[in-house]
Amino acid sequence: MAEQDLLETGQPLLIADSLSKSYGRIAACRDVSFSLYPGEVLAIVGESGSGKSTLLQLLSGQLAASGGQVSYRMRDGITRDLAALGEAERRLLFRTDWGFVHQDPAQGLRMAVSAGANVGERLMAVGWNHYGRIRESASDWLTRVEIDVARIDDAPRTYSGGMRQRLQIARNLVTGPRLVFMDEPTGGLDVSVQARLLDLLRNLVAELHLAVVIVTHDLAVARLLSHRVMVMKGGRVIETGLTDQVLDDPREPYTQLLVSSILPP
Amino acid sequence: MNAPAYNFAYLDEQTKRMIRRAILKAIAIPGYQVPFASREMPMPYGWGTGGVQVTAAILGPQDVLKVIDQGSDDTTNAISIRKFFAKTAGVATTTSTGEATVIQTRHRIPEAALHERQVLVYQVPIPEPLRFLEPRETETRRMHALAEYGLMHVKLYEDIARFGHIATAYAYPVKVNARYVMDPSPTPKFDNPKMDNCPALQLFGAGREKRIYAIPPYTQVVSLDFEDHPFEPYRFNVPCALCGAENSYLDEIVTDDKGSRMFVCSDTDYCEGRQAAGHHGALSAAPYKDKAQEVSNG
Repeated sequence: MAEQDLLETGQPLLIADSLSKSYGRIAACRDVSFSLYPGEVLAIVGESGSGKSTLLQLLSGQLAASGGQVSYRMRDGITRDLAALGEAERRLLFRTDWGFVHQDPAQGLRMAVSAGANVGERLMAVGWNHYGRIRESASDWLTRVEIDVARIDDAPRTYSGGMRQRLQIARNLVTGPRLVFMDEPTGGLDVSVQARLLDLLRNLVAELHLAVVIVTHDLAVARLLSHRVMVMKGGRVIETGLTDQVLDDPREPYTQLLVSSILPP
Repeated sequence: MNAPAYNFAYLDEQTKRMIRRAILKAIAIPGYQVPFASREMPMPYGWGTGGVQVTAAILGPQDVLKVIDQGSDDTTNAISIRKFFAKTAGVATTTSTGEATVIQTRHRIPEAALHERQVLVYQVPIPEPLRFLEPRETETRRMHALAEYGLMHVKLYEDIARFGHIATAYAYPVKVNARYVMDPSPTPKFDNPKMDNCPALQLFGAGREKRIYAIPPYTQVVSLDFEDHPFEPYRFNVPCALCGAENSYLDEIVTDDKGSRMFVCSDTDYCEGRQAAGHHGALSAAPYKDKAQEVSNG
């Protein structure tokens, strides 16, 4: 298996090398470096305005960096600088080998077309031309994200918030990506729905051996899903380490504040 | 020339040159939408301002013009455009498909086969086939540039999911020369096969949207479909009530308020030609006309 090979060769999937982004005098992101390995889940935590989302956009090539570079190990095993990829290649990567789960499902879904077409879109984009097989694959994925297959022809407009988010996940995973970016995937959902979604995500991530970069301000999400945590403040990474280590024994004063700010249930 | 007050074919020469440049570029890149500086024409948008500008740019004094609207030579739009060019260019006009050298059309391709010395000019309301799925022009342009056409199949998928078959009956998307996906203007999908490998030059003008595109003669035009739901041209269950044609595109005409209706060819020239050649349909008035003439003569 290709993924197994990658694990054995021990090569990172995504490498960020001193990434920076500034808007005029404001530095949204300063000197961020890390490596992400296949199957690894990295949580980026921090308060609003700490540069989490900017970093995610830099990593996923949606935003050009002011300094530094992002490299990605393509399916052919060659690690390439994202900025050097052509637009066609980058977009293909985005549709096939990557996923991007938005906080607001309306941004990641086509709200006016049916759930089946939403899931099938990526398949059709890579040349699937058989209605029956596309539909079969869409039904399969709806089942996997616990959406009733009877609702395959309904538009996501008629779905609840939790269902929309699960549909967005299915839509992203249908092409078997190796890396998924998530921007606050549980934001805006009520607590019980959050728990169910997290449970689902955790299973899928383990089962599909996905590498995930997840941005969240919710430390519970980080604890449940991620292997490693990066804490950001003012555009810098101030602390990084294994999730349990960072959350149970925070070193930086800011991280200590963040951890202690969680209200006891 | 009938009306020396106008420049030949209404538009000034510089404008015609600009449109011709756009047309040449469109022919060089089959199916690609070329932007052009569309002018205001003395008719409202939606009445064929794009088609009229293209026609004006390609018309020469020797040309014979035919204008059809939904296949018909005698509807308001067709008559007014025909008169417009008769007045401003003084060209000969005709209703016969075979005699015409330039045919401007709204929503139909003539039933009679076209030949190499003809140009078919389409009036196009919305040139962008991806528009209803992707509202951003910047994005659709990029999708064309990178040949990302998965979205077009999303629309067809939706049709099958909802209706059990591809229910798009007009403006059915086609792929031109194995590269650009193109909206064939709102012609019925019945006409799509006629575009493929057509000996005549096909030009498309969208006045409001300021786009010109083209299919050069003998170019491959493929209607998009799924392997398990192939493209099927529209079929009718009845022959034309006037001329008995079984392979032409039919219009439904309501004949009274009790639900009676008849189906007749939408291409009036084709239908009249067949009737003149002695073909009769179930509701043909021709026999009665013959009798009436005999009575008046006798």
